[in-house]
Amino acid sequence: MFAYIVRRVLATIPVMAIVALFVFSLLYIAPGDPAAVIAGDQATPADVERIRASLGLDRPFLVRFGEWVFRILRGDLGVSIFTNLPVTRMIAQRIEPTLSLMVVTLFLAITIAVPLGVVAAWKAGSWIDRGVMAFAVLGFSVPVFVVGYLLAYFFALELDWFPVQGYTPFAQGVGPWLSNLVLPAVALGGVYIALIARITRATMLEVLQQDYIRTARAKGAGQGTMLFVHALKNAAVPIVTVIGIGVALLIGGAVVTESVFAIPGLGRLTVDAILRRDYPVIQGVILLFSFVYVLVNLLIDLSYTLFDPRIRY
Amino acid sequence: MALLEVENLQTHFRTPDGGVNRAVDGLTFSVEAGETVAIVGESGCGKSVTSMSILRLIPEPPGQLAGSIRFEGRDLLKLSEREMRDIRGNEISMIFQEPMTSLNPVLSIGQQIGEALRLHQGLSKSQAEAKAVEMLTLVGIPAPAKRVKEYPHQLSGGMRQRVMIAIALACNPKLLIADEPTTALDVTIQAQILDLMRDLKHRVGAAIVLITHDLGVVAEVAERVIVMYAGRKVEEARVEELFRAPKHPYTQGLLGAVPKLGSSLDGTTERLAEIPGLVPSLKQKIQGCVFASRCPHATELCREVPPALEEKAPRHVAACHYAVKEAVAA
Repeated sequence: MFAYIVRRVLATIPVMAIVALFVFSLLYIAPGDPAAVIAGDQATPADVERIRASLGLDRPFLVRFGEWVFRILRGDLGVSIFTNLPVTRMIAQRIEPTLSLMVVTLFLAITIAVPLGVVAAWKAGSWIDRGVMAFAVLGFSVPVFVVGYLLAYFFALELDWFPVQGYTPFAQGVGPWLSNLVLPAVALGGVYIALIARITRATMLEVLQQDYIRTARAKGAGQGTMLFVHALKNAAVPIVTVIGIGVALLIGGAVVTESVFAIPGLGRLTVDAILRRDYPVIQGVILLFSFVYVLVNLLIDLSYTLFDPRIRY
Repeated sequence: MALLEVENLQTHFRTPDGGVNRAVDGLTFSVEAGETVAIVGESGCGKSVTSMSILRLIPEPPGQLAGSIRFEGRDLLKLSEREMRDIRGNEISMIFQEPMTSLNPVLSIGQQIGEALRLHQGLSKSQAEAKAVEMLTLVGIPAPAKRVKEYPHQLSGGMRQRVMIAIALACNPKLLIADEPTTALDVTIQAQILDLMRDLKHRVGAAIVLITHDLGVVAEVAERVIVMYAGRKVEEARVEELFRAPKHPYTQGLLGAVPKLGSSLDGTTERLAEIPGLVPSLKQKIQGCVFASRCPHATELCREVPPALEEKAPRHVAACHYAVKEAVAA
C-alpha cells in the first residue's frame, strides 16, 4: 500500500511536467504580445523591446522554461505583469472562496445525486425513475450561467432567501458563509448531480440483478439495508471514479459561476488574467488546478480499497 | 399439521408480449418437521420457482402467486412484506446454486453470517461475530477466527458453499430450502457438502426441501421425492419406493437416463436412454396430460383428459392414466 502511494506520487511527476510544458508554451502559442500590451498604445518599439527584455522574453525557449521550472519548484510562481504582486500571494488571497465553493458543491452533489440514483434504480421504470432521469437530462443541458441567473432571480431577488451575490469568508461565521454559497453551489452542481445520479442508477441497476442481492433478501434484510449496505457498496467504485473525474467539471464551472455570482475567487482571477494577458497568473492558476485534479484522482484511486476488498495495492 | 403445506400453488409470470408463463401451475405438497423432501425435474420444470415462491422472493410484478403456502399453519402468501422479512433467514432459510456469486464480494464472511443474527436475534456486533465463528466451526471451516474476517474471494467454491450453509443455519431455521446446492461444485466437494448437510440436519433438526436434477443426490439424502414436470407434480413417493417402482413414464424416463457405473465395460454398449422431445412451452394452457407430447405410451385419452394425481401404491401418487395400480387398499 505504502509502496503504491509512493509510486503513484512519483507517477504524477511526468503528468505535471507535461502540464507545465504546455502551460509555459501558452506564452508562445497564444496570439498577442504581452510586452506590447503592458507598454500600452503610446509606446515606441524601443519601449516594447525594453519591457520584453525585462520580462526575459528575448531569451531562448528552453532556457526560460528551465529557469521557470526551477523557480516553481522553489514555490515561486513569478510576479503578475499587471499588479506587480507575487502570483502565489494573489492565488492565496483568492483560494478560499473557490475552495469553499467546490467543497460545498461536492458535498451537495454527492448527498443529492447518490440517493437519487439509488432510488431511481430501485424503482426502475416508475415515474420516480423517469423524473430523476428527466432532471438529469435537464442538469446536463442547461448551462451554469442560465441556472445561476434563474436561481439568483427567484431565490435572491424575488424570495430574498439568499444574498444575490458576493462572498463572506468562513472566518465570519458558518451561517453567512454558507448562505452566500448555496445558490452558486446549486448552479454549479447541476451537471455534476446529473452525472453522478446517472452513473449511480446504471451501476445500481446492474448490482441489483446480482445473486448476492437475492441472498440478502433471503436473509430477511430490509429494502434500506439491501440498497445501501449490500448494493451501494458494490456500486461504489464506478460512482467514486465519476466523482473524481467530475472535479474537472467543477473547476471549469467555477470560473463561470464566480462571474455570475461575483465571487472573488480563482475563477474570476483567471478570467481577469486572461483578459489582461497576465501570463504568470494564468500559468500559476492552471498549474494549481492541474495539481488539485491529479491529487484528487490519486485519492480516489486509493479510496477504492475502502470499498472493494478485492482491490489491493 | 405438517410444517409446510403448499396447496394449489400457482406462480405465473406476465411476459413482455402480454402472455402468461405458468411456471408453477397448481402444485400441492407438504413437508413434515425434520423431513427431507427432494423436488426433482429437468431445467425449466418450475422447481426453482417453487423454492423462490415459498420465500416470496419472486418479484411481483411480473410474477403473480396464487394458492396457499401454509408454514406452521400461517399462509405466507397473506403476510405483509414486513412479516415475511421476519420469516426469511429466520424460520425458513435458503441455500442457492451458485456459491461463487451468492455471497456479497465486499462484505466480510463474519458480517454476512452475522447479518441474519443481528436482524432476527438482535445480537450486538461482537456477539454476532462470536456466533459467526461458531457457525464456521460447525460447517467445518478450518481457522474460523481468521476466516471470519476474510472476504468471499479468498475462499474456494466449496468453502463458500459452507459459508452459505452457515448463513442459512445461523438462526436455527425450521425449514431449509436448498436450491441445487451442489450443482456448481466438483464431485468430491459435492460429496462433502452433502455429508455436511446430512450431518447438520441431524444436529439442527431442520426440515429440508432439496431442489435438484441430480438423482444421485436424491437417493443419498432425501426421504421423499416429488417429481415435477412442466410446473406440476407428476409423481410423489418415498425415495426407495420411487427408485424401486417408478409409476409415471416421465420418472421412468429420468431413471433410465442415469448412466450406470461400469455399463461401458461389460460389453453391452447400449445407448444411454433419453426422453425424446422438449419440455412444452408453459405459455399456453396444456390440454390433457402435460407429458403426452413426449410419452411413449400416450393415447388419445392422454391428449384430451388431464390425468388426476392418484394413489397408485401406498403413499405413492402419480398422474398417469395408465400407471399400474397396486393393491392400495391392502
